[in-house]
Amino acid sequence: MFKVLLSRLGQAALVMLVVSAVSFVMFRYVGDPVATMARENASIAEKEELRQSLGLDQSIVTQYGRFLKRTLSGDLGISYRNQRPVTQLIAERLPATMELVIVATFLSLALGIPLGVLCALRPNGATARLVQAISLIGISTPTFVTGIVLILVFAVTLGWLPSFGRGQVVDLGWWSTGFLTWSGIKSLILPGITLALYQLTLIMRLVRSEMIDVLSTDYIRFARARGLPTRYIHFHLALRNALMPVITVTGLQIGSLIAFAIVTETVFQWPGMGLLFIQAVSFVDIPVMAAYLLFVGLLFVIINTIVDVLYAVVDPRLRARSA
Amino acid sequence: MNTLASPGLRHRIGAPISVMLAALLALVIIGCALFAGWLAPYDPTDLSTFDLINAEIPPAFTADGDARFLLGTDNQGRDLLSAMMYGARVSIAIGGGAVLLAASIGVFLGLVAGYFGGKVDALIMRIGDVILSFPTILLALLVSGIARALFPQAATAQWAPVILICAISIHEWVQYARTVRAATMVETAKDYVKAVKVIGLPSRRIMLRHILPNVMGPVLVIATINLAGAILTEATLSFLGVGMPPTYPSLGTLIRIGNEFVFSGIWWIALFPALVLVLLVLAVNVVGDWLRDRFNPKLRVKR
Repeated sequence: MFKVLLSRLGQAALVMLVVSAVSFVMFRYVGDPVATMARENASIAEKEELRQSLGLDQSIVTQYGRFLKRTLSGDLGISYRNQRPVTQLIAERLPATMELVIVATFLSLALGIPLGVLCALRPNGATARLVQAISLIGISTPTFVTGIVLILVFAVTLGWLPSFGRGQVVDLGWWSTGFLTWSGIKSLILPGITLALYQLTLIMRLVRSEMIDVLSTDYIRFARARGLPTRYIHFHLALRNALMPVITVTGLQIGSLIAFAIVTETVFQWPGMGLLFIQAVSFVDIPVMAAYLLFVGLLFVIINTIVDVLYAVVDPRLRARSA
Repeated sequence: MNTLASPGLRHRIGAPISVMLAALLALVIIGCALFAGWLAPYDPTDLSTFDLINAEIPPAFTADGDARFLLGTDNQGRDLLSAMMYGARVSIAIGGGAVLLAASIGVFLGLVAGYFGGKVDALIMRIGDVILSFPTILLALLVSGIARALFPQAATAQWAPVILICAISIHEWVQYARTVRAATMVETAKDYVKAVKVIGLPSRRIMLRHILPNVMGPVLVIATINLAGAILTEATLSFLGVGMPPTYPSLGTLIRIGNEFVFSGIWWIALFPALVLVLLVLAVNVVGDWLRDRFNPKLRVKR
């Protein structure tokens, strides 16, 4: 067990090192930091001075070392565009994105699991066929189209829900939440649904295929032969076992949701990290891009490692294989 | 023997009606896109054919429509139908280009990894693992962001298709490499490969002439499924404003332009291109799924 943990942590550290190297290379070599930071009419001597004060005259390894040290202490540089520390910018935007991701995850689980079970129990029923067909359309429709259609119907035509921003937020320490005001909750609905849809299809298909697999196993057949009530077999015995992979996939997908939030946030002008990142890409704001990459990379690595280790805890067969 | 004319064509292919319809739909859209130069009523890339006076005219079948513009016009007075045909052409070209590039890189690296094994294999596959742990869209955004920083703005607009193709391929090659690697390992262990090795043929020749033809089947199936994904990624990037410029729009760029007008009730600029995009991707997905189930059930991954 300890071995598994150690090897996973080693892998995680390696991936983070690669990500930080990419981030460093972007920081250092994409565009000239001196040209971006110096005054327009700075003399060559002044530029040279700036170069030295930034440590750009030292060897790459030394620079990379200093970059790592700086990053670990939470200093990710200053945004070219906003002239503010990047760490501060990300911390401000984090709650908006996380609340959106939480709502989307909740929606996709709350709808995806029952629909998946339904499709598995009656695979040839009319409902199952309809749901399958809709899910195919669902994976073929890009997030932004879903968002635009929702805005057209519910915001422009019907006027029921707001189409951009977070509404009123309440500050709880450094975390600003939209869950506590009516306008905040209303603002969460459309972007939440938009972000959840792809996830919903995914979970539904997964629950369906897992459920079908489990239902054809020997122990379910045995339970049926024993005459146990159908409800008990389906929901107590089968569903529990089918949900195992759903939990891991949901965990792994949280990272993707944060990345996909870039699109949803653009459509709904949602002031989260994704919007920050896409603005950074359009304005070539390298420090913000590098920091976002580092942050999301770290998040991915943490989630992947936790899921891997949990797997080893839950499934002893994996321990023997990887050790 | 004339197979095409035989009455049992549908039976022979064995595709259900829905798949045939999807294939037809895909062909129609791709056909309209390829022959946009002849089919489109106007040339949206030619500044002289459109006029700001005609901006934002609703589709011809609505009350305020204009018979000259079947699906209405965009914010610059371009005929939307023509812009969509040319846009679909751009989308399909970039999607196809990305699939080609990703498949070439993936097949090459997969062959090398599977044939030689050992450290080369480990290195290639670990790089692939790291890449796959990030979503396509994130990597694509990074690549296009870096390209924007490295090259001047005019060059970025001009080279946008190339940048997009690279940005999409950087993630997608891994899937090909994994599949080809596994297949190559199986083939390498077979007697015919051992035999050509004994003859003393150079590795390059063994890989290209003897192994490659035997591992190409699954590659074609993945390529079809990937085409849908690549078109979607291109559309997403263009929608986000880091893809094709408005002067040479893809479907995604048109939807981006239209998105700014949705609030004022001008729905057609965004909705028609979106409809074509969804239909195209849906059709390719249906055909791809069918191909996968029919020719390579092993590829059916739990997604």
